[in-house]
Amino acid sequence: MKHNTNVDIAFTHIITRKKQTLVAALGVTLGVGVYLFMNSLSSGFSSFSRDEIFKNSAHIKIYKDEELSKPISSDSSRISVILNPQITTLSKKIINPEALLANVKKQPYVTSAIAQVSFDAFYNRGKAQIKGSGNGVNMTEYDAMFNTGKYMVAGSINALPGNLNGIIIGSGIAEKLSLGLNDNITITSAFGVVKVMKIVGIFTTGNSMNDQQKSYVNISTAQQFVKEGPSFVSTIFVNTPSADKSEKYVSLLQQLTPYTVEDWKTTNADVMSGDKTRSTLMNSISYAILIVAAFGIYNILSSTITQKINDIAILKATGFAGKDVIRIFLLEAIIMGLIGTLMGLVIGSILIGIMSKIYMGGPVGYFPISFETRLFARSFILGLFITFCAGYFPARKAAKVDPVEIFRK
Amino acid sequence: MEKREVILSTGGLGKYFYDPVKFKVLDDISFEAYKGEFLTLVGKSGSGKSTLLYCLSTMDTAYEGELFIAGEKITGKKTNELSALRNKSIGFIFQFHYLLPEFSCLKNVMLPALKLGKYSYKEVEERAYNKLEVLGIKDQALKPASKLSGGQQQRVSIARALINDPAIIMCDEPTGNLDSKNTQIVFNIFKQIAHDFGQTIIAVTHDNDFAAASDRTIELADGKIISHDKVFDEQNP
Ligand SMILES: Nc1ncnc2c1ncn2[C@@H]1O[C@H](COP(=O)(O)OP(=O)(O)OP(=O)(O)O)[C@@H](O)[C@H]1O
Ligand SMILES: [Mg+2]
Repeated sequence: MKHNTNVDIAFTHIITRKKQTLVAALGVTLGVGVYLFMNSLSSGFSSFSRDEIFKNSAHIKIYKDEELSKPISSDSSRISVILNPQITTLSKKIINPEALLANVKKQPYVTSAIAQVSFDAFYNRGKAQIKGSGNGVNMTEYDAMFNTGKYMVAGSINALPGNLNGIIIGSGIAEKLSLGLNDNITITSAFGVVKVMKIVGIFTTGNSMNDQQKSYVNISTAQQFVKEGPSFVSTIFVNTPSADKSEKYVSLLQQLTPYTVEDWKTTNADVMSGDKTRSTLMNSISYAILIVAAFGIYNILSSTITQKINDIAILKATGFAGKDVIRIFLLEAIIMGLIGTLMGLVIGSILIGIMSKIYMGGPVGYFPISFETRLFARSFILGLFITFCAGYFPARKAAKVDPVEIFRK
Repeated sequence: MEKREVILSTGGLGKYFYDPVKFKVLDDISFEAYKGEFLTLVGKSGSGKSTLLYCLSTMDTAYEGELFIAGEKITGKKTNELSALRNKSIGFIFQFHYLLPEFSCLKNVMLPALKLGKYSYKEVEERAYNKLEVLGIKDQALKPASKLSGGQQQRVSIARALINDPAIIMCDEPTGNLDSKNTQIVFNIFKQIAHDFGQTIIAVTHDNDFAAASDRTIELADGKIISHDKVFDEQNP
């Protein structure tokens, strides 16, 4: 390798000024460490809450929304008369669901699509009654999409398909009615259909809304509860290759059907906006800390340059150009930044490690935080970027030193 | 009188200072310095010697008139070109020996040569040892520059000025801080450099004996040349 004089000088400065180097590096360490930690917190929490959402939301759902009565005349040249607008939907039925489902499945961007028949259900045992919602699904397909099998605490999802009298209920329902596996439960639907069913499975998702209300039966059973024939479907769930790009797929799917096509972001708008607020907050704080760290480097480099102004003058007098001086001091900044950034990643990892061992209890379990390569890479790049920026301005000042002015003094 | 090769020349060089009031610190300076000449600049304090030397060194570019080095017009060149020119062709020795304190004496001497990049690291090191040996401070080579006495530091800075075998060596009161013994050593070295190696020395000095013993002395007063003492070496003792 060719001997590089600028590198040599930069390293000598760094080595002979260990203390300043360390102080500047520690500033960056703190900035990068906290940045990494806060972003891992934020990201861990977001993916936790997203997982919660996807426990029972698909990326996209297609359903028939309520419709309001239209004005009698919509022609603007005539007088419009509105008569007592109200919901006119007679049934939440999707007409010809098989064709729609088949068509949806044919789309190249659809990874899976399933049909569901939902109904309002009352779970009864003796005089006790709980209101909830029943879902008629093809359990095998449903499990592939929502991973329901993972949450089973008793029985198995495999016991449901083919067992028209079987039902899987949430653990909240089982507790309240003190029912166990293989017990019988009486279900009444809003349409007045009453059936005695056998519990073939119990699940706990950690979400009390789900656990205290939801149950799964076969599609044909659900169709009987709503007094409909075998072509009745209330919702079609669709998964796509990327949940983040759901808006794009919504507009594509909407071209296939007049029914409402809604993505998970719309369905969970409240959760999403909460998430966004939190991550914006975390981001601003972590950026602020990075900027403070950058000022640390800026300060130390500025004072180094003031102290080294004689040396800079000598270097320039002996033939080092302005760009050499910039390189020397920029390199010093980057070395400080590199040391600081690497230590910051270590500190960040330790904090993440500690945090991930903290048990939060409830459905959360251990604190939802993990080591994400993406965040490590981003922290590393940002750490170097801020030191580069913070080092550039003092270095440029150094390059502009006029040696004559220094020698005259 | 034999015709000698001109290494540096100025034409109508003038310079103003504007702070606190505008005044002309250099006025119509025109002279030539020859290859292998040991030239001294003298004059009262404040006569503009240092200012002139900074203009000649290419570090100060805010002047009027023209400067030529080795037949090339220097006035108007870009700062990067000037840096490269200083590195290659001009050695500078300051009154206050200005060394880089974190580096060893050896490294101080080596840096301009490493920057020049003409020789390998090993060769530069060898050359630096040689220069230090000539100046009698080879034994101090590996000490940090800040741990040397004033006279030793001055000799290190002379070695640094010589490392790239520059065509011209400029000094601002190079012996101002030295005792008579060291002054004599430096004087002899300068004489040898000029006469044996054909390098040109332009030295500002207050030392009359030093000036008298040089090849030629230019005297400044109020920014003007008042005497060109055209004495060439063949007439020297
Ligand atoms: N930066 C400056 N701004 C204004 N005036 C200056 C500046 N530097 C020098 N001067 C003035 O210019 C004149 C010449 O200064 P210079 O340093 O060249 O003198 P000198 O001959 O080297 O003197 P000495 O022998 O004391 O070193 C002096 O009157 C000095 O006060
Ligand atoms: Mg002076």
